[in-house]
Amino acid sequence: MDIESLTHTSGEWLRATGPESDIVMSSRIRLARNLAQFPFPNRADDTVRSEVEEILHTQIERLNTGRQLSYIPVSNLEQLDRQMLVERQLISREHSENRGRRGVGISEEENVSLMVNEEDHLRMQVLHSGFALDECWAEIDRIDDAIEAELTYAFSERLGYLTACPTNCGTGIRVSVLLHLPALVITKEIQKVFQALQKIGLAVRGLYGEGSQAMGDFYQISNQVTLGKSEQQLIKTIQDVVPNILSYERRVRNALVKENRRGLHDQVSRAYGILRNAQTISSEETMHLLSSVRMGINLGLIDDLEIPTVNELFIHTQPAHLQKIRHEKLESAERNVARAAYIRQRLAGRPPEQN
Amino acid sequence: MKKCGRCSKSAVLHITELRHGEVQALHLCEACAKEYLSKSSTVNPDEMPPGVESEAEVAEDLDELDQRVCPSCGITFKEFRAQGRLGCPHDYIAFEDELLPLLENIHGETEHCGKIPKRAPDSSQQQFRLIKLRSELRSAVDEERYEDAARIRDEIKHVETRPPGAELPPESS
Repeated sequence: MDIESLTHTSGEWLRATGPESDIVMSSRIRLARNLAQFPFPNRADDTVRSEVEEILHTQIERLNTGRQLSYIPVSNLEQLDRQMLVERQLISREHSENRGRRGVGISEEENVSLMVNEEDHLRMQVLHSGFALDECWAEIDRIDDAIEAELTYAFSERLGYLTACPTNCGTGIRVSVLLHLPALVITKEIQKVFQALQKIGLAVRGLYGEGSQAMGDFYQISNQVTLGKSEQQLIKTIQDVVPNILSYERRVRNALVKENRRGLHDQVSRAYGILRNAQTISSEETMHLLSSVRMGINLGLIDDLEIPTVNELFIHTQPAHLQKIRHEKLESAERNVARAAYIRQRLAGRPPEQN
Repeated sequence: MKKCGRCSKSAVLHITELRHGEVQALHLCEACAKEYLSKSSTVNPDEMPPGVESEAEVAEDLDELDQRVCPSCGITFKEFRAQGRLGCPHDYIAFEDELLPLLENIHGETEHCGKIPKRAPDSSQQQFRLIKLRSELRSAVDEERYEDAARIRDEIKHVETRPPGAELPPESS
């Protein structure tokens, strides 16, 4: 896989092909694993890191689980390229900013990402469009089995898979769904959802996981506990709660339309109008307006734009992507101009201009 | 959030004491705070002879706990508490007494009941032994103790090629 070519493509999970993808942007499962005979990455010196990287790199290239994986040596990449992988959700911020030899195996569709030398030796992630946790689990379980057939993981019968941070030990699993909840945000009902989720031990985070801000009305819901429950139980907790949130969001959307269809239509049309005409626009405003437009499409208030285009714009208008598209380093003010130009082109249905 | 000064739970009580003109700050979790408060209400520290102050003892215990070292990766419990990251898989055994309450606090459980590797961990002992040997090998090479290095290398090979179920060779040091 060529980093440069990523600016012209997008992950399969953005194509809104999965179930409930009007609200569920994506489903994701990640597993944390470590090789038994080495210290964890933060305690490993450069020699050990390199050794671990080599073992896992070889293993990833040999994997035969139905998807072609490309291995990218992250430690050789420039900061901007690493940032782009973060924006695409292919690596974590920690992985981007870590030191020492590290890399990632990525499938062409961008559904699979296997990070080497993150907080743990191996952090595997499978992403699917829409509400599709069973598919995520089936695929990641298969990958995990294939790697485990060749390598010995750090595992204890009592505490399960052993991880660098005790918050991940046991199953090492993080099950999450990325939800687009604009109506619950507008009506401030979202607070009730947060409280209910916290009560059943689920975490709510922003678009980029731990410590990130909620952008564009996107919220990531995931399990916190990893020990003492099986993978299936943890997946089911999320599977049981998500339909309730979806029907809540839909109910509130319908109520908004019923109460003031013209007002809502006006609001989403204005958002669309600004995006199609702005000459300079910040990332924050872009997210906010895209969120409005995305809801407008789902409510039938905008009919000449597809959801996947909007999904893609959420990712492609971020700082590193813009700079890669323009092939130059841009300061914040310059990025705002480039962002506006890029959005105008995409919304006019033209392919992005190449410099 | 600050950690309790006596165990690994989160501190909920922050006590500042003035004693002999010196200010002391204590951060304790609920359970330890209860214990601390019940002790200090029965014993007036000013009447205690110097040298037997309960607090000094506590500080000593804490020091001892903090200084505990994992024989495999060399991390101290204090370093773990500061970073929140363990050093190697063996830490879960080396610091078991301290980690179990912490795990219970985080997960509400201390027994894994999920997936088990098909390649059953035929001996976790062997894994931890290898971590230790490899780190010994590195320091031997670094310190140019080549005879030791050769011996350790043989030992690693021996442990690695040990048939499943066979006894571990005696640990030489």
